[in-house]
Amino acid sequence: MSEVSASNATAPPCKPRVAVHKFSSCDGCQLALLNAGEALLALAERVDLVHFAEAGPMDPEAEVDIAFVEGSVSTPEDRSRIVRVRSNSRFLVTLGACATAGGIQALRNFADGDGWLGAVYASPEFVSSLAQVSPIREHVHVDLELWGCPVSGRQVVSAVGSLLAGAPPAVPDERLCLECKRQQAVCVMVTRGAPCMGPVTRTGCGALCPRFERDCYGCYGPAEHSNTQALGRRFAGLGLVDEAVVRRFHFINSQAPAFLEAGQRARGHADD
Amino acid sequence: MTERRDVRIEVPVLARVEGEGALSLEVRDGRIERLQLRIYEPPRLFEKFLEGRGHEEIPDAVARICGICPVAYQMSAVAALEQAMGVGIDDWVRRMRRVFYCGEWLQSHALHIHLLAAPDFLGYDSVVEMAKGHPDLVRRGLRLQALGNDLIALFGGRSVHPVGACVGGFHHAPTVAAVAAMRTRLNDAQEDARALLDWALALPVPDSDQDFVSVALRHPQDYAMAEGCIVSDRGLDIGAEAFEAHFRELQVPHSTALHALLHDEPYMVGPLARLNLNHERLPEALRERLLAAGLRLPSRNPFHSLIARAAEIAFIVGEAARLLADYAEPPLPAAAVTPRAGMGFGATEAPRGLLWHRYEVDDAGHVRSARIVPPTSQNQARIEADLRQSLELLGLDQPDEALRLRGEQVIRSYDPCISCATHFLRLDVRRR
Repeated sequence: MSEVSASNATAPPCKPRVAVHKFSSCDGCQLALLNAGEALLALAERVDLVHFAEAGPMDPEAEVDIAFVEGSVSTPEDRSRIVRVRSNSRFLVTLGACATAGGIQALRNFADGDGWLGAVYASPEFVSSLAQVSPIREHVHVDLELWGCPVSGRQVVSAVGSLLAGAPPAVPDERLCLECKRQQAVCVMVTRGAPCMGPVTRTGCGALCPRFERDCYGCYGPAEHSNTQALGRRFAGLGLVDEAVVRRFHFINSQAPAFLEAGQRARGHADD
Repeated sequence: MTERRDVRIEVPVLARVEGEGALSLEVRDGRIERLQLRIYEPPRLFEKFLEGRGHEEIPDAVARICGICPVAYQMSAVAALEQAMGVGIDDWVRRMRRVFYCGEWLQSHALHIHLLAAPDFLGYDSVVEMAKGHPDLVRRGLRLQALGNDLIALFGGRSVHPVGACVGGFHHAPTVAAVAAMRTRLNDAQEDARALLDWALALPVPDSDQDFVSVALRHPQDYAMAEGCIVSDRGLDIGAEAFEAHFRELQVPHSTALHALLHDEPYMVGPLARLNLNHERLPEALRERLLAAGLRLPSRNPFHSLIARAAEIAFIVGEAARLLADYAEPPLPAAAVTPRAGMGFGATEAPRGLLWHRYEVDDAGHVRSARIVPPTSQNQARIEADLRQSLELLGLDQPDEALRLRGEQVIRSYDPCISCATHFLRLDVRRR
């Protein structure tokens, strides 16, 4: 994060300028800000929100200190727009699973694209979408990635604070299981044989699913050094067919390399 | 004598709506020659990638259609899947789903009124600007929105993409202590809700007298949320399974979302349509409050949607408290599910209107096909009709800026949820 301190030295004296850009998404990560309540009003005192279409301010081509990007790249127009956003921003921060790992719409990457389009569209030749949905980092340099579907308000507000203070933002990458133990939740895999993604999923949600007596489905993306191979074998031991293991890994964060590869491995077994 | 002129208004990105849309307007010789609400959210192909997934994955998948109304997608989906597989739910599940849904109406309506719509009525560009002039109004709105979010989280862990709902009920029942704390907050919020309704009823609303068809669910006793028949004020009264016989979706070249029509005509769904069709199901005191303020129902003024949202907030806060009054944890929070092949239909009232799902599942409970008709697609033709009438009433000789602002105000009053445009027939650019 040396870039943070270096850039901070030349920071302009006026209020930092912040933009929120939307690409292909459900808008849920923008709600991390719109649901922040008083924290949003406090943030608006500290920064200039120059572009945030859902909240009101509109200036998509403005130069900013921090650009938050929600959503994945799925049309040719998106591809050129993200380049402009990058060149207008000092820091570019991805907000959530779509921007960071393709999001749920990237499931179309696994399908016979033309077949799907033909099934859904009367005139598929007019469809402007790209064959593959991709995360932001495949197109431009990203300074910070915030994982989660959705991200939490706490993650976003604390990232803004750190970036503006010139401190490296803390992005946890430990496994969900550790948080689950701290919360003293009963392990749903051990006690009920539920196919829980906790052993390979990044913490950050507060271990919601195990605390709600169900299996984690990986919405915060892969943890560091996650052993997806061992978990895939465990799922098979719990009685999941290969196709079901594929679906566990290829869901909300299917374009994250660790999950992409784990799903393809299980798919390979299924095809054998 | 007013001067005749040509007007060309392009709003390339609509602010303060969920998702991405645009408005094009061309006026020539004092007449609207072209008016298009364009929705250009990229295709996300939800219905296709639900295919092959197990019933237990569907609530997590469909939540991702929309960050503002994930509960609505979950509730229509579980209703349809339960019908398809013959799963019966008990009274506890039925009541708690209604409370869960109250949470979503509360957060969505409070967000819409304060962050998206009120700046139009009070002459601000955004809630941040409005907060400087009306700090108490904004704080009250944020409190109600937060309460809605917390009510969703009570059943779902978090308010965006909650994790608690499943086919048959919930994964987890809230504790008695957590419910007691929530009940206290709901009771305390009644004052905020009453004050919000008073404020909404006193707000100067643009004149409009339009002849439109209202469509909503209706339930024999309750103000309809997650159960009921689909009715209109022109005599329609059908079950969810008959939807496709009366409603059809139409491709229009300028929008990526489809236009839905009822018997080939535009219609309105959402809070005003619900209030028009169901106001007699509201508690008597609330009905009297609306009457005393001079609100005549059914209303023919689409700008009354904001009042309808405020009235529904007042209703929800009391309704959730009532449903939680004698709360006890159930032996099991969900009915057992035995997968079997079948077809099921689910219709519930999303905050912004009727949301219809159809699923066909195989004998393992995996989805074979899905169809989802979101409220935004249903309201789209009506929004265009409203824009024509509202702008003509305002006067096409008004300055461009006034026409643009009124146009945006009309669109926002429907609270279109553009990410919800789950399927599309045609976009306007050729693939490279």
